[in-house]
Amino acid sequence: MVVPLYHVLAFAGLLFTIGVLGVLFRRSAIIVFMSVEIMLNAVNLAFIAFSRYHGDVNGQVFVFFIMTLAAAEVAVGLAIIISLYRNLRTSDISEIRLMKH
Amino acid sequence: MTAILFYIFATFLLAASLFVVLNRNPIYSVVALVFAFMNLAAMYFLLEAYFIGILQVLVYAGAIMVLFLFVVMLLNVQPDQPRPGLIHFDRWWYGLMGLIFVGLFLVLIGEGARLLLTSPAGEAVQIGGVDSVGEALFTHFLLPFEIASLLLTVALVGTVFLAKRRV
Amino acid sequence: MADTLYLITLFPLLGFLINGLLGRWLSEKQSGLVASGAILGSFLVSAQLLLALIALPEGERLFTQNLFAWIPVGELSIPIGYRFDPLSAVMTLVVSGVGLLIHIYSIGYMHADPGIRRYFAFLNLFTFMMLSLVLADNLVLMFLGWEGVGLCSYLLIGFWFEDEAKARAGMKAFIVNRIGDAGFIIAMILLYDQFGTLSISKIAAAAPGAQLAQGFFTAVTLLMFLGATGKSAQIPLYVWLPDAMAGPTPVSALIHAATMVTAGVYLIARNSVLFSLAPATMSIVAFIGILTALYAATIAITQNDIKKVLAYSTISQLGYMFTAVGVGAFSAGIFHLMTHAFFKGLLFLGAGSVIHSMNGEQDMGRMGGLKNHMPTTHWTMLIGVLAIAGIPGLSGFFSKDEILWGAFSQHEGFSWIWLLGVVTAGLTAFYMFRLFFRTFYGDPVWEGTQKPHESPSVMTLPLVLLAFLSIFGGYVGIPAALGGSNPFHHFLEPVLASYPVHSTAAPHTTYRLELLLMLVSTLVVAGGIYYAYRVYIQQPSLAEDLAKRLGLLYRLSFNKYFVDEIYDRLIIKPFRMLATVTWEWFDVQIVDGAVNGSGHAVARMSGIVRKIQNGLIQHYASIILLGVIFILIYIYFD
Repeated sequence: MVVPLYHVLAFAGLLFTIGVLGVLFRRSAIIVFMSVEIMLNAVNLAFIAFSRYHGDVNGQVFVFFIMTLAAAEVAVGLAIIISLYRNLRTSDISEIRLMKH
Repeated sequence: MTAILFYIFATFLLAASLFVVLNRNPIYSVVALVFAFMNLAAMYFLLEAYFIGILQVLVYAGAIMVLFLFVVMLLNVQPDQPRPGLIHFDRWWYGLMGLIFVGLFLVLIGEGARLLLTSPAGEAVQIGGVDSVGEALFTHFLLPFEIASLLLTVALVGTVFLAKRRV
Repeated sequence: MADTLYLITLFPLLGFLINGLLGRWLSEKQSGLVASGAILGSFLVSAQLLLALIALPEGERLFTQNLFAWIPVGELSIPIGYRFDPLSAVMTLVVSGVGLLIHIYSIGYMHADPGIRRYFAFLNLFTFMMLSLVLADNLVLMFLGWEGVGLCSYLLIGFWFEDEAKARAGMKAFIVNRIGDAGFIIAMILLYDQFGTLSISKIAAAAPGAQLAQGFFTAVTLLMFLGATGKSAQIPLYVWLPDAMAGPTPVSALIHAATMVTAGVYLIARNSVLFSLAPATMSIVAFIGILTALYAATIAITQNDIKKVLAYSTISQLGYMFTAVGVGAFSAGIFHLMTHAFFKGLLFLGAGSVIHSMNGEQDMGRMGGLKNHMPTTHWTMLIGVLAIAGIPGLSGFFSKDEILWGAFSQHEGFSWIWLLGVVTAGLTAFYMFRLFFRTFYGDPVWEGTQKPHESPSVMTLPLVLLAFLSIFGGYVGIPAALGGSNPFHHFLEPVLASYPVHSTAAPHTTYRLELLLMLVSTLVVAGGIYYAYRVYIQQPSLAEDLAKRLGLLYRLSFNKYFVDEIYDRLIIKPFRMLATVTWEWFDVQIVDGAVNGSGHAVARMSGIVRKIQNGLIQHYASIILLGVIFILIYIYFD
């Protein structure tokens, strides 16, 4: 029995939604950041599924690049969180409102 | 068998992700996320994307999550304290949008799936190995590959710059 | 040979830049020397080019030089291009020659003025602009010069801008000129629309063969003439020139007598082909010209300010020039332009010398008896006065009688233009000698308050040279009737259009007629001089008697026919009222209301929108999500 494509996509969609909710609701910058990673992985899952069902390797190459990007993004993002924490003594993003009008 | 395994892993994945989002203690969240990514790697294997599955374990579950854990430890982030006024207008607004989003997303997937079911499934050829991905990477996608390496270098420099105590 | 053409304008420009930018490091003397040296350079180059031009055969007398494309826009390309033909050669020589003498004179006149570097910078800039105007090969470059001289005129009239009346006089000149300039611009646009080029020579070549309505040329030339009336102070736009006397006297001599105000005459001569295609315009030009000549002369006879007399005299003489070009005697107009530059420059500089020695006194009623105190000025002024009056043998005689003859011979039978010209000549002689007698003869009114003295040689030398030119400048154009060959006329002939002159009589009879007319005008002039002698030397009490007896006429003339007041009532006051209404009601209520209203509206709206920007990352993320939701909805329903 083969897993139907749309089941995989449904999982990916749910995973993505969980990530979105995490980004919207959590206050800890690190958790928000992890939620972003979950969203990225949901997209990866969709790519892999399409790659599998179309027999096309390009989807996997895309995932490879997204991972590279994620690695870079995580490094920079965490560095930003560290320097924010160092300056403001908090990682609660509802307290970091430097861009308020 | 693969299908059953897939659904099991997928359920674990969703459960672990929910745990990441809902848990108050960041360290638990990180560990749960590692677990989620392990499950995702297993799903990749089941979808015959072996190379990506290995990368998922090495890069995501390994390198990236270690970085997260490291930062959580470094900042010594305490578990969130439940606060009064947590549920106010903003939260409702976010929740509403999240729900709309989930609904729409599922509806769209259903729509797309109907289309996909009618179209013939592709040949289940062996494409997920290191050889085929590597061949695509180093021939057709050589330039993006090099650019990605440049991106990593830039990220490295940027990280060092940002994290330095004094510029 | 033509390679050096650009130097003519380059020298004054450099002089302007040196004096304008580095002036503070120059001593007063160096500043004057730099300015005069620049003009000397221009003069020498143009003199050399003139000699080269004369050496060429008659049909080929033309140097052109294109420096660079100035305004390349689509198909329109305006080059900085110079054209040195007999007409511009004469003008260049007059501008740089008289200009040189006036620059030298200024060193003495402006001595110890704190703004002397600025003065010389402006004067050089003026010369640069005037030479650009004269040498321009296309109308746009000419217009640049045209505007440039207007600007310099404004700057120099208001040179002593601490005095508000003088600053206002500058403004008046600028604004009145602007009215005329609008005509020039519209004429240019019409010409470009019709011919697709603004090159003067190309338009002149294409115009006679063009199949165009008669009205087109009339309209274009009338608009050009409107520009000319502004610049050359003709009716109805002459009112700025008398006020322009607020500037330093050498400026009045250079700009408001010798060069800039003649630009209108030059404009018409330059475009003589166009004007000769529009007989209606020509009649109007001649009519306005002679009317202005007579009108200004009647004002000049009652003025007491020595510079005002000369200003009205200039307007009157410019009227003569317009009469000349209006009747088709283009070369006579240019001839008079040249001789007028000599003797009017001389008169102004002489007046300046008098004013200088009287410590700024300009009222002739407080002069008198200066003859023995300033001999050089007296004698040179005498030559100038004789020249402008038109005494045979001096330059003014030849040029004025050529104009009168042109006016007379234009039509068969009697010419009333000629009659008015002769009357004006008589009046000219009268008021010029009135000025002369009241300044240098009679009882000294100033005794005890002033110590008049002859001016330094740096000022008298230009006077002597100009006096020399005022005598002999006319000998290049001795008419055939007096046994000359009029080389000046033949030199200019190839570049000027020939406008039909109806003369049916045989040459020898017309010569006799011409001589007769000369005799008549000379007698009238002599009468004018005699009358001035009687009134101001023999019987000084007669002047007041006369003024009383003429009553109304005298007051009209003395108050310049109240034209300034009429303009004030008819144009300026209503215009101001309109401006006040539009300001207080339209501008404040409507325009400001709209502007402020839109500002308030934006502020209020952004007050609402700005609540979105609360600094919460999650809030921003939710708005991104909202966008994604819209996209999903779009995809779903598409």
